[in-house]
Amino acid sequence: MEFFEQFAVPNPTPTIYLSMVAIGLTLIAVLAGISYFKKWGYLWREWLTTVDHKRIGIMYLISALLMLFRGGVDALMMRAQTSRAGNELLSSAEYNEIFTTHGVVMIFFMAMAFITALMNFVVPLQIGARDVAYPRLNALSFWLYFMGAMLFNLSFVIGGSPSSGWTSYFPLAGNELSPHIGTNYYMIALQIAGLGTLITGINFIVTIFKMRAPGMKLMKMPLFTWTALITNLLITFAFPVLTVALAMGTMDRLFGTHFFTMDNGGMAMLWANFFWVWGHPEVYILVLPAFGIYSEVISTFSGRNLYGYTSMVVSIVVISTLAFLVWVHHFFTMGQGAFVNSIFSITTMAIAIPTGVKIFNWLFTMWRGKIRLTVPMLYSVGFIPIFTIGGVTGVMLGIASADYQYHNTMFLVAHFHLVIIPGVVFAMLAGMTYWWPKMFGFMLNEKIGKWAFWNIAIGTCLAFFPMFIAGLDGQARRMYTYSEEAGFGIWNLLSFFGGLGLAMGFILIVFNVYYSARYATRDIGDDPWDARTLEWATRTPVPEYNFAVQPVVDSREPYWDAKHEGKTLFKDKISDIHMPNNSGMPFIMCVFFFIFGFGLVFSLWSLVIVSSVGIAVCLFLRSFEQDDGRHIHAEDVQETERKMGGDDR
Amino acid sequence: MKKQWLFSGLLMSFLLFLGGCEPLAVFDPKGPQAALLKDVIMISIWTMLGVVVVVFAMLIYMLVKYRSSKTPADYKPPIIEGNKWVEGLCVGIPVLIIVFLSIVSVQSTYEAESVPEGYKDQEPMVIYASSSNWKWHFSYPEQDIETLNYLYLPKDRPIEFRLYSFDAISSFWIPQLGGQKYAMTGMLTKLNVAASEEGEIWGRNSNFSGEGFAEQTFNVNVVSQQEFDEWVTEVHNTAEPLDEETFNELLEPGHLGQKTFTGTHLSFNPAPEEHTEHQGEEHEDMNEEEMDH
Repeated sequence: MEFFEQFAVPNPTPTIYLSMVAIGLTLIAVLAGISYFKKWGYLWREWLTTVDHKRIGIMYLISALLMLFRGGVDALMMRAQTSRAGNELLSSAEYNEIFTTHGVVMIFFMAMAFITALMNFVVPLQIGARDVAYPRLNALSFWLYFMGAMLFNLSFVIGGSPSSGWTSYFPLAGNELSPHIGTNYYMIALQIAGLGTLITGINFIVTIFKMRAPGMKLMKMPLFTWTALITNLLITFAFPVLTVALAMGTMDRLFGTHFFTMDNGGMAMLWANFFWVWGHPEVYILVLPAFGIYSEVISTFSGRNLYGYTSMVVSIVVISTLAFLVWVHHFFTMGQGAFVNSIFSITTMAIAIPTGVKIFNWLFTMWRGKIRLTVPMLYSVGFIPIFTIGGVTGVMLGIASADYQYHNTMFLVAHFHLVIIPGVVFAMLAGMTYWWPKMFGFMLNEKIGKWAFWNIAIGTCLAFFPMFIAGLDGQARRMYTYSEEAGFGIWNLLSFFGGLGLAMGFILIVFNVYYSARYATRDIGDDPWDARTLEWATRTPVPEYNFAVQPVVDSREPYWDAKHEGKTLFKDKISDIHMPNNSGMPFIMCVFFFIFGFGLVFSLWSLVIVSSVGIAVCLFLRSFEQDDGRHIHAEDVQETERKMGGDDR
Repeated sequence: MKKQWLFSGLLMSFLLFLGGCEPLAVFDPKGPQAALLKDVIMISIWTMLGVVVVVFAMLIYMLVKYRSSKTPADYKPPIIEGNKWVEGLCVGIPVLIIVFLSIVSVQSTYEAESVPEGYKDQEPMVIYASSSNWKWHFSYPEQDIETLNYLYLPKDRPIEFRLYSFDAISSFWIPQLGGQKYAMTGMLTKLNVAASEEGEIWGRNSNFSGEGFAEQTFNVNVVSQQEFDEWVTEVHNTAEPLDEETFNELLEPGHLGQKTFTGTHLSFNPAPEEHTEHQGEEHEDMNEEEMDH
């Protein structure tokens, strides 16, 4: 019995017990459903073992949306708890767990997965490739991410969630002040998922450098591909820092080392530095692909080429460099003195310059255009004003002295949500809606989509603008309660209503998926938006080999030029296409990773040893496996092309 | 239509934000440092408001003028690669704004870190403020007094808080007197403030430190020098001395309300050393080295 006690949740409430039952029932229902419809074989052959970048992208997308709802429910609970003074909906311990998991889930498992989803699906298509450079590693990335996410979410019902904030500052997160296993979940789940991200980074850098269609010079790449390239470079440089920090944190917690402890020479400030040396570039890892999406969407729906392409590219590169030079602004108040703070204050504010260039270039892209306010475009034009406010408050926060008053307050919370929501979430929703027809062969309903947009846009403003005021009035972040006299009540109540608006918007998006899947026409052609880049030059939905014939490119908007200037994209005859084989190895290996992680969280060493052996065996088998892939024969390709498009090239 | 709601919503929030009915804590300074930071914040708000207005105006212009419904059916948007003058302007003007704000930032940061302007001729009064979950211990070495969760400060006297923590990282913040600074284990940080108005204000730990964090607040009584001296005498006449055993009990996690003692814990449980005894520039250098480790 004692053995099982360690798995109990420390702060059990009826909600948690209900969730346990709900999760259990859902799991049984899903397993039973798959068995009943005899879909195990399909699931294994088509999804669990797939190495197709498009399917991996779709799996990332589904996971990201699930995590969005998990993190969103956390957010609603927080807003409900603080909606009035002295509210007793949640205890302090519960609230602390919830804001911690909200942050972790939204950044690592929602936003990261969402950008990876779109990069996976779109980048190979945009550069005219048949897949990524290392398809099997790509599957490994996804399953590592997925198992990390599942492990982290397991903490809700088994053993209890971490509760020291998504930044997990030591010594608070150390054994001395958080003796509970929650933080182990944080350290280990993020380590596993982070490994997946790092592999993605390397994979996409190689893909973009080596697999572009003939004629696509670097300066002819679509902007989304450019941002994907720079983001993956950032990932490759920044994530190792997180890996090291998490490894040190894990050792502190499990093996009694003293990297970040209060005594024996531990240095808690080191964690803060490590965390933000990774954490600030992470912000740009998320936001750069979003900028790429906006560049594509605004250009398409203004009917114009992107204004200032070169300065756009230069500004991305400048942003990515500055991203590594500003981390201290996350703790101006740590006492490093005026000189150090001044330097980091200037580098921080300097980021506003390249970002401003991008905003103005998007505005000039609309200039003399023909603007169609479709759902993706609505998110893009909604992004500009809200992000501008989020961005200028970022400049305000970058003034070190003033930051002494904003730091750790709701003002900061308002700022980063008003940057991340329009900067990342809007972009992901825009990108999802924009590329949806390519993924699934039908379009999302515009009318429901617009309703969702307005709920989300107004909800965002209502949820976060009042926080500026609460912050300036002295409301610290992460306070689970406040007194009547404090006077924060009204602002928090408004925020709560904003949160409800956001929730409504996301529910509408789910409804839209259901509604459109059921009623939307499948007869949409290959290019339903009248777009400009290569991904629209292939069939809808995209066949597994992407392009029957590799396209040849000589401009920045090859597909637009093919449509309007009669250039030929596909010059060769159809021939046999070489494709990678599916493999169950990534999935199986990641199941071992999951067991490994679970074992580490609870210090169950037998599990750890068994699963480590499993991982090692998988690696060994893979290393000595001979697999030359397979060929799709020219006749089969022609047959598919005839079915999908009518003409055979 | 809805777009207009959105913008008026934004504008409303901004107006509320600028001119709330009761002054917000940060905009209601009771000392020179907080007043300095308020001025800096206002400068940055007005500068940034200019940027916001330009972007909003351009966006509205583009959306109104170039909507597809407003353009002729056969209108074909031109190919425009860019214009080096326009793009230069998009870099140049922001550069000027950032240079201006950088000057403001550097000047005000140096000022906020030092003894406030106009108080430099006085020797600052030293108070050690140390946090333990979830309390503040205030030690007055000069007066030989220690309080829990409340402060008495003499008006018009520069005060140097020396901050450290017994456990989690905490942030010492009295918004109406000045900005915040971290209190950490194993090192001492300093915060210079002064109070220019009498009255009762509040301070808190603003850095999340676990379960009792929300209630880790303290009261600040700003009084005249004379009243302060009376308070010191009164404490010496009435309060119990602080011994090691009592103090260790105080360190246990929890909330204890306000308490007063004679003597300070510094005698048996000294504060961590500063990282350097030197002052001025060398001090800065040392800190930089710390950062590199």
